[in-house]
Amino acid sequence: MIPAAFEYARPTTVDEALQAIADGGDDVKVLAGGQSLIPVMRLRLAAPETVVDLARVAELRGVRDDGDAIVIGAMTTHHDVMIDPLVQQYAPLIAEATETVADRQVRARGTFGGALVHADPAGDLPAVALALDAEFVIAGLQGRRTVPAAEFFVDYLTTAVEEGELLVEIRIPKLAGEWGMRYEKFNRVAQAWSIVAVAAVVRRENGRIAEARIGLTNMGSTPLRATAVEAALAGAPASPETIAAAARSAAEGTSPSSDLNAQADYREHLAQVLTRRAVTAAAGL
Amino acid sequence: MTQINVRVDGVTYSDDVEPRTLLVHYLREQLGKVGTVIGCDTSNCGACTVHLDGAAVKSCTVLAVQADGVEVTTIEGLAPQGSLHPVQKAFHEMHGLQCGYCTPGMIMASVDLLKENPDPSETEVREGIEGNLCRCTGYQNIVRAVQQAAGEMRGSGNGHVSPAEVDTAAAPHVAAQQ
Ligand SMILES: Cc1cc2nc3c(=O)[nH]c(=O)nc-3n(C[C@H](O)[C@H](O)[C@H](O)COP(=O)(O)OP(=O)(O)OC[C@H]3O[C@@H](n4cnc5c(N)ncnc54)[C@H](O)[C@@H]3O)c2cc1C
Ligand code: FES
Ligand code: FES
Repeated sequence: MIPAAFEYARPTTVDEALQAIADGGDDVKVLAGGQSLIPVMRLRLAAPETVVDLARVAELRGVRDDGDAIVIGAMTTHHDVMIDPLVQQYAPLIAEATETVADRQVRARGTFGGALVHADPAGDLPAVALALDAEFVIAGLQGRRTVPAAEFFVDYLTTAVEEGELLVEIRIPKLAGEWGMRYEKFNRVAQAWSIVAVAAVVRRENGRIAEARIGLTNMGSTPLRATAVEAALAGAPASPETIAAAARSAAEGTSPSSDLNAQADYREHLAQVLTRRAVTAAAGL
Repeated sequence: MTQINVRVDGVTYSDDVEPRTLLVHYLREQLGKVGTVIGCDTSNCGACTVHLDGAAVKSCTVLAVQADGVEVTTIEGLAPQGSLHPVQKAFHEMHGLQCGYCTPGMIMASVDLLKENPDPSETEVREGIEGNLCRCTGYQNIVRAVQQAAGEMRGSGNGHVSPAEVDTAAAPHVAAQQ
């Protein structure tokens, strides 16, 4: 199908974009890579009055080094994130997870920021951002604010980005010490979304796990941290037995849905298995 | 209406389009480039794949206005008139198609893959074209075609792989009648 008619604005700066959103009427949609928005508009599940295309806002693209963090522009495509040297050096988990997103055509256009604002529970990047304690820089006509990942994902397809605002960039703190990372995704066919996936970030110190951060994909309406597993692993010896025991509480506090792909109890089982695998790999075992 | 300037298969066009026009519809209906086809309504099948500034994209999931100022290559512009691109030739030689509906998209995705990885393994080919669905072939000969083309494009000439062994013997109940 063809999208319903809309007004089209193509600003070249963040300020112009915010103004275009303010002037766009009641139902304005921001267009990033269009890989979620255009399908939804074709099915007429969305029929915005105005579409504000961010493609020409150059300041939103690219990755830069900002001392204690790397900063990823919201409009950086999945493809460009995957091959970026700063991402590979400081946050290889993002590159690893992005490689599992969709297919080469979708990755050529879809953006890091678009995937995070879209906040699909089965999307791969939200749990990764959560595990890396990312910070989200949001711009509005009144100025900019920074929201931690723990407060960014509010509900199903809902984030802290309010109407009239834009996600500008995502700050990924550089990790000090000896860290390992792994994204374990379970799906059945090519280019499919995660049935469940687990992002693990582990710091090792003298044969022990000093700190573990675990993000869960598709175990609720938002990405979640497996806090019980994190607590069980903190300071524990880095052994397969300890990790296997801790991973058994991966589904604690989650509320996965039942759908065509999997029942909730099957997702709970997957969360445990994938957590064990991801933490084991991230711990270098 | 919004004015766009695009270069498609080497020709520059300046056109007024409705912002909601999908690139694939612009290519097919306004420019007559019907080599690019539409296979689904969900951005999954990849039949509509074209290149935007050299990168494979699904043209059903791009607005024509987003192609303003961009160089578009479709299956029709992949090789000069009357000749075949090595990937087209390999699909032909290796029986990489049956009904042919997925073929333009398969070829455009494969060309993009080979630019990035000139010598892909079988698994790398399968993953590299995961965004393209084929209802007929079972993919075996598509993978062989991509590898054959890779060999030819690397210039070694020894990338030759044989087409799949096909058991053409009649089924037992037919054989019994003979
Ligand atoms: C076939 C297919 C398979 C896919 N498989 C996966 C998968 O396995 N895993 C996965 O994670 N994703 C998958 N995706 C989704 C893909 O990652 C998209 O790129 C992503 O969801 C949206 O990014 P986008 O840049 O295309 O955003 P758009 O589609 O342009 O926008 C998405 C939403 O976010 C809003 N938005 C975008 N950018 C901003 C911004 N800077 N500020 C404010 N609001 C903004 C838009 O208004 C819109 O509501 C798949 C998509 C397709 C088509
Ligand atoms: S027509 Fe199926 S992906 Fe474009
Ligand atoms: S040859 Fe028929 S769909 Fe691929």
